Amino acid sequence: MLPLPSFALYAPTTLDDALALLRDHGPDTTLIAGGTDLLPNMKHGLLAPRHLVSLAQIPALRGVWVEGDVLRLGAMTNLETVAAHEVVLTRAAALAEAALSVGGPHHRRMGTLGGNLCLDTRCRYFNQTYFWREALGFCLKKDGTKCHVVEGGQRCVAAASNDTAAALLALEATIELVGPDGARSLPIRDFYTADGIANTTRAPQEIVVAVRVPLRPARASVYEKLRRRAAIDFPMISLAARLDAEEGRVNALEIAVSALAARPRMIRAASQAQGKSLAEVPRAAIAEAAFKECAPLPNIEGDPAWRKKLVRVLADRALRRLGLGPA
Amino acid sequence: MTGLVGKPGRRGDLVRRVRGEVCFTDDLRLPRMLFAKILRSPHPHARIVGLDATKALALPGVVAVLTGKDLPVRFGIIPWTPDEHSLVVEKARFVGDGVAAIAALDERTAARACELVEVTWEVLPPVLDLDTARDQPAIGLGASGKDNVSKVVDLAFGDVDAALRGSALVVEGDYHFEGTAHAPIETHCALARYDSDGLLTVWSTTQVPHYLHRELSRVLQLSPARIRVIQPPVGGAFGGKSEPFGHEMVVAKLAMVTGRPVKILLTREEEFYVHRGRHPMRMHFAVGAQRDGKLTAVDAKTDIDGGAYSSFGLVTTYYSGQLLTLPSFAPNYRFSSTRYFTTKPPCGPKRGHGSVQPRFAFEITLDKIAVELGLDPIEIRRTNAVPGNSTLNGMRITSNGYLECLARVEAASQWKERRSKLGFGRGLGVASSAYISGTNYPIYPNEMPQSAVQLKVDRSGVVTVFNGASEIGQGTDTLLATIVADELGLDLGCVRVVSADSDLCPVDLGAYSSRGTFMNGNACLMAVREVKHKLVTAVAEKLAVPPADVFVTRGFLAARGLENQAIPVDEAIRLAEARFGTLGATGWYKSPPGLGGSYRGGTIGASPAYSFTAHVAEVKVDVETGFVEVVKVWCAHDCGKAICPSLVEGQIEGSVYMGVAEALLEEHLVDHRGLHAGPNFLDYRIPTSLDVGDVEALIVESIDPEGPLGAKEAGEGPLHSSIPAVANAIFDAVGIRLDRLPFSPARVLAALEAKRSV
Repeated sequence: MLPLPSFALYAPTTLDDALALLRDHGPDTTLIAGGTDLLPNMKHGLLAPRHLVSLAQIPALRGVWVEGDVLRLGAMTNLETVAAHEVVLTRAAALAEAALSVGGPHHRRMGTLGGNLCLDTRCRYFNQTYFWREALGFCLKKDGTKCHVVEGGQRCVAAASNDTAAALLALEATIELVGPDGARSLPIRDFYTADGIANTTRAPQEIVVAVRVPLRPARASVYEKLRRRAAIDFPMISLAARLDAEEGRVNALEIAVSALAARPRMIRAASQAQGKSLAEVPRAAIAEAAFKECAPLPNIEGDPAWRKKLVRVLADRALRRLGLGPA
Repeated sequence: MTGLVGKPGRRGDLVRRVRGEVCFTDDLRLPRMLFAKILRSPHPHARIVGLDATKALALPGVVAVLTGKDLPVRFGIIPWTPDEHSLVVEKARFVGDGVAAIAALDERTAARACELVEVTWEVLPPVLDLDTARDQPAIGLGASGKDNVSKVVDLAFGDVDAALRGSALVVEGDYHFEGTAHAPIETHCALARYDSDGLLTVWSTTQVPHYLHRELSRVLQLSPARIRVIQPPVGGAFGGKSEPFGHEMVVAKLAMVTGRPVKILLTREEEFYVHRGRHPMRMHFAVGAQRDGKLTAVDAKTDIDGGAYSSFGLVTTYYSGQLLTLPSFAPNYRFSSTRYFTTKPPCGPKRGHGSVQPRFAFEITLDKIAVELGLDPIEIRRTNAVPGNSTLNGMRITSNGYLECLARVEAASQWKERRSKLGFGRGLGVASSAYISGTNYPIYPNEMPQSAVQLKVDRSGVVTVFNGASEIGQGTDTLLATIVADELGLDLGCVRVVSADSDLCPVDLGAYSSRGTFMNGNACLMAVREVKHKLVTAVAEKLAVPPADVFVTRGFLAARGLENQAIPVDEAIRLAEARFGTLGATGWYKSPPGLGGSYRGGTIGASPAYSFTAHVAEVKVDVETGFVEVVKVWCAHDCGKAICPSLVEGQIEGSVYMGVAEALLEEHLVDHRGLHAGPNFLDYRIPTSLDVGDVEALIVESIDPEGPLGAKEAGEGPLHSSIPAVANAIFDAVGIRLDRLPFSPARVLAALEAKRSV
């Protein structure tokens, strides 16, 4: 089998101890949550940290809490728990659907919400063994200088492939981090960047602590995922939509799309729904606009032209499930 | 017959398998064992200019390094085309070709040492598609070095041109198949030990231990008398383990060099490189018909992408034409097949060897003709069912349940009531096929048995079957236990089967060409009937009745009229042992001489019996996304006689799942650089349990006169026509023809859009 590089493993029981370990061992240190992304990547030689700091033994990171009108989910809560939690299911359905669509049952048992949010970007030229990548001549994201997705490309366009990101973007979530300089929190839409090499603003010594999802009355959300198989596969298109409606009128509609390039994007045309009655929402026009706004790349599997068309279909299906537009 | 044959029941090792008690090759650990890794070529075609392993040897923990020079003898499964070296001697011919091997104290060190081997390459032009293979002969991958041709077969039966000219309708089309892999859960693994007495023992995940035995002897220049080959339980093979491999030679040589046991376990990525998967084929078919649907002629031209080496390619090239002449066919036929070498992972046999691809092309063509003529696609198959006991190309038919197969799927799927009546987006499709029950001739010409068993009968009441055949999950061990237990009236638990160990078991040629049930079953029946005769004789003497009055029933031998004096089987065994001495028997099978056509290549495709299959698939097409869902497949298969019906059903279900996966999902792609598009199970997608529909297995029993208890094959036949059945169902659902596999949603959607814009 592919050998896993050697490393030292630490399992602190408090956040302070974890931060101290990150500080003491310096840059050659990586956090490990469930390991479902990290360990295969290490076997592929994508990274070989000498020190791994596990977050699995820190109780404060695990749990789902309702705090007033906020749903707070600890970063180490596994995806299986997130997907089955009653409040998530009823008040933040897109997140439940997204969590349930990750991998297979084993991945969801091991994989965590924080880990999924920090999932490394994926690319057909990156997620391969060292042997394969060497035969390719390596790539921009790791060990090389050339992008094989965009000819002459100077910026890595590996795809954000975390299912929960699009859902949490649509749900206006906030992400809590703690680092050497203390705690901070930021809207999740500011968490991701367009840099495929490292697509989050998390500093190497910061730890994702929790995610906060506002619970609004009359809010509905859905998640749609394009993949070839009904399990295991990463998204080829990831799309979440959230609707706030009052008395049959749209207060707000937001659509987030991911698995395009490094940064998930919000669909501008969703604002066309504003103020309309549910049945009057121009579903087809919004889906068409989503299709035009998104440009899938040959960075992950699936004909990009087909994936682009499927943005329209997924957007239409999401809006239909939210009861928008003509029946 | 004492009631076990034909009864549902589970595989003998099922519980042990499910509970993890079965010991696979990689579970074996020997004292002082070393681990091997193979350094592989990063280039699709390149010459080794220099190779320096000094640094690798200097790494602590490294014990030995091998290069191609250490194993200079070529080998290959077909005696006429030995073109593989265990490790590259001069030129690497695909990305992944083995270049050097390291034995070290642990796997990680061996892998690390591979990276320290310094190879200087002269990169040569690659051949990555059929056009390049044909148009650039100077690259010289062929045996002569003057072209890239592996094998050419041109055969004609009847006057095809005249028949096509005289046809009311000729349907022509091009069909493409890009290749698929076997994707067994257990990757290849081999372990070798060379002991101080000079005996080399090799344990390997093989389905052809006998051929491995022969090739080890050839490559290592060691007498076969000093080699023992053991095949532990295998975790999936499907044809991917049916020839000797370089890594088997490598661990054997490393064990001889180091004096320590050496194991190698291939990674999933390496599994895609050693490959031997289904050949990519580009097929052009022209089929003529009269107004009544009667076929006039079939004209087929096929280019085959063989990848880097010959493998079974000679046979594949013949099979691409020879196996098409059943079950519905025309009276005139010509096929021209050319297998080319390319600088890609070598192709070989996968379940339904060589004939699944042309079956796809032909069955779609037949559907097009039926639609064009306004005929029922099942009816046109009946109209053209090959009559009599011989095919156009000289294959002998001894039993034929084809029409019953058609009738069964027609009834079960409610074909007449539901075809073309399910509304846009949903449809039914039919296809049918036939397959061999073993090749009539061994791979290396000889007059010895092709299959054999030895029975040891113990006075405790246990019978052990020493069986040369390879249990690879298909159930031959259970089949033999059932035959023995049924003949002797024993419980299944009193029959043990020891298989595929060259020191313990007589030679069997291996698990390929669907030969197990027919040949191994016959061998076993011959042996057990000899034992039965002795038990009957001893019991007759004891009861003082004529032997003809004695019969075997569950647990007892009894005589007519004296049923109350029935003798338990174990007691009968003791009586027989006292009467005849130590009990045992051998049994063997040799296929009938002279089968096949009397022309060059006429023996390839000849089999002692043929199975027949018909599929009806029901699909649902999502016209917005292009996704095809195979809702249900009805598969009727004529296996002659279902000795173990649960296993036959399992083979039907497994075949259909594999075929549907090839229809919808699987594609073994090598890119323009010669790199595999994704040698892992995330990029090469096999279906999960959520991705497969229902399968209804319908067993048809035509009772073959030469098969054991009437049985024929069931392991491969039920795959063939599953793929075109899906294609034809998609046409019924949405009116598009898909001539390129797999039917990915992108392709389906593109075809739907093209149809709308017409």
